[in-house]
Amino acid sequence: MASIPILKEREKHIYRKGAEPFNLTCGHHSLAGVVSQRACVFCGSRVVLYPIADALHLIHGPVGCAAYTWDIRGALSSGPELHRLSFTTDLREKDVIFGGEKKLHRALVELIDTYQPRAAFVYSTCIVGIIGDDVAAVCRQVSREKAIPVLPVHSEGFKGTKKDGYKAACEALFKLVGQGPVDQISPWSINILGEFNIGGEAWIIKSYYEKMGVEVVATMTGDGRVDAIRRSHGAALNVVQCSGAMTTLADMMQARYGTPYIRVSYFGLEDTSKALYDVAAHFKDNPAIMARTQALVRGEISAIFPELQKIKAAVQGKRAAIYVGGAFKAFSLIKALRYLGMDVVLVGSQTGNDADYETLRDMCDDGTIILDDANPLELSKYIIEKRADLFIGGVKERPIAYKMGIGFCDHNHERKTPLAGYEGMLNFAREVYRSVNSPVWRFAPARAAAGKGASPC
Amino acid sequence: MLKPSPKAPKFTVTRNACKLCTPLGAALVFKGIRGAVPLLHGSQGCSTYIRRYLISHYREPIDIACSNFSEQTAIFGGGANLKIALDNIRRQYDPEMIGVATTCLSETIGDDVPMFIREYRESCAGEDLPPVVHVATPSYQGTHMQGFHAALQAVVDQLAQGAAEAGPHVNLFPGMVSPADLRHLREICADFDLPVVLLPDYADTLDGPLWTEYQRIPEGGTSVTAIRSSGSARASLELGDVLARAKETAAGLLWKRFEVPCHRMGLPVGIDATDRMFAALAEISGRPTPENHLRERGRLIDSYADGHKYVMDARAVVFGEEDLVVGLAGFLGEIGVVPVVCASGGRSGHLAACIAERFPDHSQKGIQVLSDADFVTIETAARDAQPDFLIGNSKGYSMARRLDKPLIRVGFPVHDRVGGARLLHLGYRGSQQLFDRIANTLMAARQTASPVGYTYI
Repeated sequence: MASIPILKEREKHIYRKGAEPFNLTCGHHSLAGVVSQRACVFCGSRVVLYPIADALHLIHGPVGCAAYTWDIRGALSSGPELHRLSFTTDLREKDVIFGGEKKLHRALVELIDTYQPRAAFVYSTCIVGIIGDDVAAVCRQVSREKAIPVLPVHSEGFKGTKKDGYKAACEALFKLVGQGPVDQISPWSINILGEFNIGGEAWIIKSYYEKMGVEVVATMTGDGRVDAIRRSHGAALNVVQCSGAMTTLADMMQARYGTPYIRVSYFGLEDTSKALYDVAAHFKDNPAIMARTQALVRGEISAIFPELQKIKAAVQGKRAAIYVGGAFKAFSLIKALRYLGMDVVLVGSQTGNDADYETLRDMCDDGTIILDDANPLELSKYIIEKRADLFIGGVKERPIAYKMGIGFCDHNHERKTPLAGYEGMLNFAREVYRSVNSPVWRFAPARAAAGKGASPC
Repeated sequence: MLKPSPKAPKFTVTRNACKLCTPLGAALVFKGIRGAVPLLHGSQGCSTYIRRYLISHYREPIDIACSNFSEQTAIFGGGANLKIALDNIRRQYDPEMIGVATTCLSETIGDDVPMFIREYRESCAGEDLPPVVHVATPSYQGTHMQGFHAALQAVVDQLAQGAAEAGPHVNLFPGMVSPADLRHLREICADFDLPVVLLPDYADTLDGPLWTEYQRIPEGGTSVTAIRSSGSARASLELGDVLARAKETAAGLLWKRFEVPCHRMGLPVGIDATDRMFAALAEISGRPTPENHLRERGRLIDSYADGHKYVMDARAVVFGEEDLVVGLAGFLGEIGVVPVVCASGGRSGHLAACIAERFPDHSQKGIQVLSDADFVTIETAARDAQPDFLIGNSKGYSMARRLDKPLIRVGFPVHDRVGGARLLHLGYRGSQQLFDRIANTLMAARQTASPVGYTYI
């Protein structure tokens, strides 16, 4: 086959474990003309705030940004479902010429009157700053008129990367924190940060903490509620998941309210257990918590252990490629895949930083490809070269895998299956098994060629 | 004269949009050209969101590049980024064409994209530069359908050439139809022995088999050479009633510039509309309708007879792109179903007139037409209209679920089922599939509602 060319500018974003010196560039704006798998600032903000179910989410801009993010995520709510509606000012040409402030004001008033939300988030899209709308001023005015928090989210798509969107979302959230009553909050209490209740994951995690005797004040933002966020400064500890989507908020809460935080992951047996033990260890003044945690972990693992062993036998020795948004998730996935006896041959992320990639290098076996801000061509080149049997990623990576006859596991915000915690690990293992071991791959031309001893590429 | 109903109640906000943004339509057209790479001139999120949206429907790798604006780009203009993007696309993809579509951001800052492309061409003097086609697609103007048709016009405008003598071929502009529809149209033209320039033709690029070797640009599509020859075709066929009323279209341009005779007609859904298309092809080719299609027509009418009582006077809510809505409504009328609500997010201003033409008795039938409508508005109208079923894209699912009425999925997108690309709507064969699905849906509803549980209906 004609080999897939790698652009010179991109070479420094690709590292093959074992090569010296270790030199991987990251944290840059994506190269123009490259089909980056990244999205934009707006996407980052939308990801973080979306699951807050009793808030209004109004996207100020032309129709696209709202249309493409309407009810796309599997973030569940136990009550209101305002987050599943897509609201946009749907700016037209005359709004672009004459400004959209009046329309935004009208929009907010009618939405708040109709839906009675507990707060409103107003997301700025690309052109809002360019046409000069003073979104913050409109938000202040409506907030006064309607007596609810109306929070601007500075998420113009081009003003940075997805990470800047996380930050903008955290800044908006921080305006809610500290506004609610904190009496009657247990001294053994936490906030769950960076957990978005995809397929009910936050509920699973929350149930563990409750069984441990730890009160969960607010989940941010999975199954999120405005009032819970407002009193979240009363929690004794912030437990932050994910690669920094919400670390900004944890930092801000530490600075203003002195809330300490720890970083955790709930993917895989090892990391889930570590998360729970770390929280228990934090509350060492209450040894009963640790005792309950040990019992919980034992019970949960023994419940799923037999089936996991069966799956392990079926997938052992298969090769996996991982490409995810945040590198932190990749750490857990490597461990989870190794637990299943699989080898990781490629790992990459959209938004990893230097420290993340150093960790990845240390974790990976020799020869593993590490990629920053990859594109479909690079991903294809290396999954073929490394003869992966499984690809873990999102919607945009899925068809790349399938075309080459490679199994796939969805590990993004659009999936509907919980993959967190112990039962999540079992779901993950089942999904890996179902895809990797499907008989359909026998018919895939690339695999058939490989089966005859020829290289698949 | 049937007037579109006003948005009732008058709401400023678009809630759950029944439309997408213009660049999506343009990108789709470029995917239907052989060896073409679409390039969106704007923020990274535009291409990523649009890719995700398209991939979730077509389930194929869809690479759409982006010039990837940063804050500096927005201030100083996107010229430099666009040129880097063009360079990088050429180096990675070796394309036969690059289609540049603008976004709301680049349009709002006033980027002169034709000038940038001219400068780029000059800087590449002596190199083998593929055609670079530009289309203006600010998302605050119109919907994805405007983007789709604008891109077609731009492609024809910038590539078509005349010839001293008309060739044997015919141009076919099918509108935004499915890959299965495109394949069927190709087959029909082949049966008439008519060489066809089908534009766009993403039948293979967006619905192809698995690969033995990775394809940087999926095989298939109408070649640039073929598009160049569109100026010397013996005729053009342009499908879509609403499109036929547009001031400027691709086929209209070919008529004005090269005097290629232009046949305009609605989408061939149902007997009447398909007869019109076959009559036009018969006239152009000088051959009668081929026997196999006559037999398909015969079987379709036979099934109308078999099923007519199940569908007579059933009430349908039809929604989606304007031309699809008109095509479906005409077909429904033909079988005795009343399209009580005909709704679209489009706002060409022609939807009501097109429906009125199909249904001179629209007021007796109580047919309501909604233009520039969102799904909340459509749902309100649908609730009042007491339909038996809904027919449209999968974004109507939540509405159908609340109304507790079956949704027959057609058009784009179908995000909650497999096979969206394989849905056939056009010709006698497509109408047959639609008829069977509609009759079976109504029969199933009757069966389910019956306390008896008939096994024989």
